[in-house]
Amino acid sequence: MRNIYEIRQDFPMLQNKQMQGHDLIYFDNSATTLKPYSVLDAIAYYYTNITSNAHRSDYDLAFAVDQAYENARLKIAELIHANKNEIVFTSGASEGLNLIAYGYGLRYLKEDDVILVSEAEHASCVLPWMRVCEKTGARLKYIPLNEEGKLTIEAFRSIMDANVKVVALAQISNVLGYEVPMKEICEFAHAYGAIVVVDGAQSVPHLPIDVKDMDCDFLTFSAHKMCGPTGIGAIYGKYEWLENIDAWMLGGGSNARFDACGHILMKKPPAKFESGTQNIEGVLGFGAAVDYLQDLGMHQLHAYEQKLRHYIVSHMKRMENIRLYNEDAQSGIITFNVKDVFAQDAASYFNAHGIAVRSGQHCAKLLSEQLKTAATVRASLYFYNTRAEADEFLKVCANADMHTCLDIYF
Amino acid sequence: MDDMRNDPMMLRSIIMDHYEYPRNHALVNEEAYVQKHMASDSCIDDITVQAKIVQDRIEDIRFDGVACTISTASTSIMSELLKGKTKAQAKAIMDNYFAMIDGADYDANVLEEAIAFYTVGKQANRIKCATIGWNAMKELLETSEDDANEQG
Ligand SMILES: Cc1ncc(COP(=O)(O)O)c(C=O)c1O
Repeated sequence: MRNIYEIRQDFPMLQNKQMQGHDLIYFDNSATTLKPYSVLDAIAYYYTNITSNAHRSDYDLAFAVDQAYENARLKIAELIHANKNEIVFTSGASEGLNLIAYGYGLRYLKEDDVILVSEAEHASCVLPWMRVCEKTGARLKYIPLNEEGKLTIEAFRSIMDANVKVVALAQISNVLGYEVPMKEICEFAHAYGAIVVVDGAQSVPHLPIDVKDMDCDFLTFSAHKMCGPTGIGAIYGKYEWLENIDAWMLGGGSNARFDACGHILMKKPPAKFESGTQNIEGVLGFGAAVDYLQDLGMHQLHAYEQKLRHYIVSHMKRMENIRLYNEDAQSGIITFNVKDVFAQDAASYFNAHGIAVRSGQHCAKLLSEQLKTAATVRASLYFYNTRAEADEFLKVCANADMHTCLDIYF
Repeated sequence: MDDMRNDPMMLRSIIMDHYEYPRNHALVNEEAYVQKHMASDSCIDDITVQAKIVQDRIEDIRFDGVACTISTASTSIMSELLKGKTKAQAKAIMDNYFAMIDGADYDANVLEEAIAFYTVGKQANRIKCATIGWNAMKELLETSEDDANEQG
């Protein structure tokens, strides 16, 4: 990977930004990531140079927008080793997961069919399926996690049966950051005739992904968690599935023909799912973000992140005042608590030292059994975080206790 | 009172004390109590405040829930401070407390231990923790005023 200090020059938010009188240390990358100038430039380029609507007109400007828009689709396809026509733009992972749940679920699921999720899913991966269950009579079942909060292939195998029609799982959980053995899950699920919907919100930004090798049926992700703008994301779907699920939104751009008798001829995917004027600036910014990541190299940035995480964790686990929940996770996510301090109090203490981390509450059923706590603090890394930031974070961790967490108010 | 504000150790120990040993920290199942559940999606706190208001007087205040140091301590202090007060007295104390939190003029003398939160705004995101129990109580009082007015 390029020199880290050179990389940091690419990010406006990393130029002398202060929080509470300290240099900003941004460790909340699972929530959203910082953006490089190239992404901002791509957005500005659209408005300064080629403003016009996509897929609509015969003049040169509009042609240039079409090309830029479709070129971004190609970049995103290449990132995950998909074909270009298997990428549908959405507003983000949440919309993608909803689109798949309704587009597939309402069309194919019926009473007593089972949708399998895990006890650690993000709301966006579970709630749409709950709605589908209400409407179809299908049932939601949860794969139990082991005592460390991991989803094992054994637990998955033992709950899988012929009633399961959909398996919907995050490839990397946003709570504990463990990676799920997705390739094995896809193989096993397919043997039972079930489809696999992968929530890639936390994996696509951090791992090299090959959807053909994984063999998932759908994968969703958000641009803003991978250096891109907010309000844009994508679905990968196997082309046969994109042809055979319903678009949940209709309008201009998605239909080829319609007449007054109500006959609609939909366009082919992906256009079928992209009704109305799209988030063009977002798509172009997303394309620039993917360029940026590809230039760094997904393998390299993943390795860098792992090394930094390992360094931090190896120190944190020796701290008496810290309780660590996911020592061996293969992601940038570090989930912990300061002993005897409520997670939110600890997060404010980090804030007082210029460090952005998140305190999070977990669905009671979900992790209270494994973690035995109502809330945790989550630090999440990305490739632009440095060893020096890690050292500062560790220093602040080492001093954290009930007293220092209150001193910040005085 | 003014000197207490210059004694951070003292203020910190007040908050610690109310967090570790919260007062009035158990709900009751009695008809005479009205209650308000407070949970916000931008914060973890999830607390319930109960009050027994008899005619013009707040006879009892109780609370419980999952909450951080700031919300537990501020609600505990509120429960002690407002218990036994008339509605008008309670309202005056509340107005002063909210004024303090908002950085407006206030009378420190009526706030007693609640003065410990005068700098909570240094952590902007925690203002809601310092006010969650107070807001619950405010709503309970307002509801009881409305009821009284309707009956009157
Ligand atoms: C695992 C997981 N799934 C889905 C989402 C939803 O992503 P978005 O809010 O960008 O739609 C998130 C975001 O936090 C996530 O972490």
